[in-house]
Amino acid sequence: MAKIPQDLRYTKDHEWIRMEGAMGVMGITDYAQHAMGDIVYVELPDTGREVRAGEDFIVVESVKGANDVFSPVSGTVAGVNGDLDGAPELLNEDPYANWLVRLEVSDPGELDSLLDAGAYAKLVEELEAESD
Amino acid sequence: MKRTPMYERHAAAGGRMVDFGGWELPVQYDATGIKTEHLTVRSKAGLFDVSHMGEITVEGPGAEKWLSRLITNDIFVMKDFQVQYNIMCTEAGGVVDDLLVYRYGPEKFLLVVNAANVDKDWDWLRKHLPGDGVILENISMKTAEAALQGPAAEAILARVAGFDPSTLRFFTFTDGVSVGGIPAIVSRTGYTGEDGFEIYVPWEKGAELWDLLLDAGKDSGLIPIGLGARDSLRFEAGLPLCGHEYTDTLGPLEAGFGFFVKVDKPGGFIGQPVLKRQKEEGLRRKIVGLRLEDKGVPRAGMDVADPSGKIVGTVTSGGYCPSLDANMALCCVETPAPAEGESLSVVIRDRPKQGVVVKRPFYDRKYKK
Repeated sequence: MAKIPQDLRYTKDHEWIRMEGAMGVMGITDYAQHAMGDIVYVELPDTGREVRAGEDFIVVESVKGANDVFSPVSGTVAGVNGDLDGAPELLNEDPYANWLVRLEVSDPGELDSLLDAGAYAKLVEELEAESD
Repeated sequence: MKRTPMYERHAAAGGRMVDFGGWELPVQYDATGIKTEHLTVRSKAGLFDVSHMGEITVEGPGAEKWLSRLITNDIFVMKDFQVQYNIMCTEAGGVVDDLLVYRYGPEKFLLVVNAANVDKDWDWLRKHLPGDGVILENISMKTAEAALQGPAAEAILARVAGFDPSTLRFFTFTDGVSVGGIPAIVSRTGYTGEDGFEIYVPWEKGAELWDLLLDAGKDSGLIPIGLGARDSLRFEAGLPLCGHEYTDTLGPLEAGFGFFVKVDKPGGFIGQPVLKRQKEEGLRRKIVGLRLEDKGVPRAGMDVADPSGKIVGTVTSGGYCPSLDANMALCCVETPAPAEGESLSVVIRDRPKQGVVVKRPFYDRKYKK
């Protein structure tokens, strides 16, 4: 069973986001890292890049292939997690402690359209049932 | 989708199933994953379900002479019970498929071909069949196959085989032997760059073979291996994959496998005039190995650029190599190709990522010859 912390918001594409004041901290979910398999490289965006909700702006490369990661909300990239540069496998170990990008969120209202932990758990449950 | 006789075993073991050329097979197992599976084959042993591979027998008084015309290597020099790597070419010098040829004698051969190409190969062979003297049979759906690969493979097989596997030399085979009581063909061959065996049994015995090999290997660290590691192992060991290093237009000389193309063999073969000319006039392009120095993972189909930024070719296979802990690519580039130590870059999502040309294969193969 994939881990799904209660205090985060989620996308249908398996990203999570947590707000710290006006700043959003986002990453990929446990379900996502498991589906991707052994992660070998994370291509992070440049600081200052503006992104729209749903835009692909990160690529997570696993042994299996390249996976696009989408921004949960619109905003500006304020920082990236440099720890992943030399140790991309951290994402497999703990995808919640090891965030990807800090975003200056331009429209906090967009957060309301994201899934809460309960709704995301239901989605994951359905996906896991399908693959069994 | 088609399923092999080991399908239930993969599902029960947490295999993540994918569609591979119409076959439902595990890309990896949940408990291990591609990287662990890859490294376990290199350090201990792995078991692969390769029942999807195609098997075709060629028999009759005309078998040897006819088969020779369809493939690039010289089967006249083979000893009986030898295995030989071959490429089946088109008239234009492109590739229909690559295959292993098992020689029983001048009147009987077994061909082992790629799963995705069985129908194409079968049609190609049939199209070139003479009026009499050669009988073909497609026994793919009657034949299950497991590959036991890695440094512990010989010791594991010795526990269940009715013969001494240490007497079987590299690229030879034996037929009619017992593996755990199941009648089998066993060859000392594989697709990983490690020592190992490929074991062919009747389709309905596939699951039984799987179980008894896993049981025989449990104290040696043997685990089942999915298609993901099968690809990373072959890539690292410099073994070509049809559809990547070989295509309709990319031939065996350009791919760097000229050793298996005997352009002067008696009787010639389909594609020979073109390949012979390529050899005499020099290749217009060739495949070189590349280790990426910049961060990023090269993938098949990406553009390759020279240091001036000019596009000079394409990645045929690329990815992370677990044994080297490096991102590597095979690049088909225009000649003159850069030498070892020179630079090329792979264009990954519009950005050139710099790499250095290195020798092939990337991994030193550990065959027992």
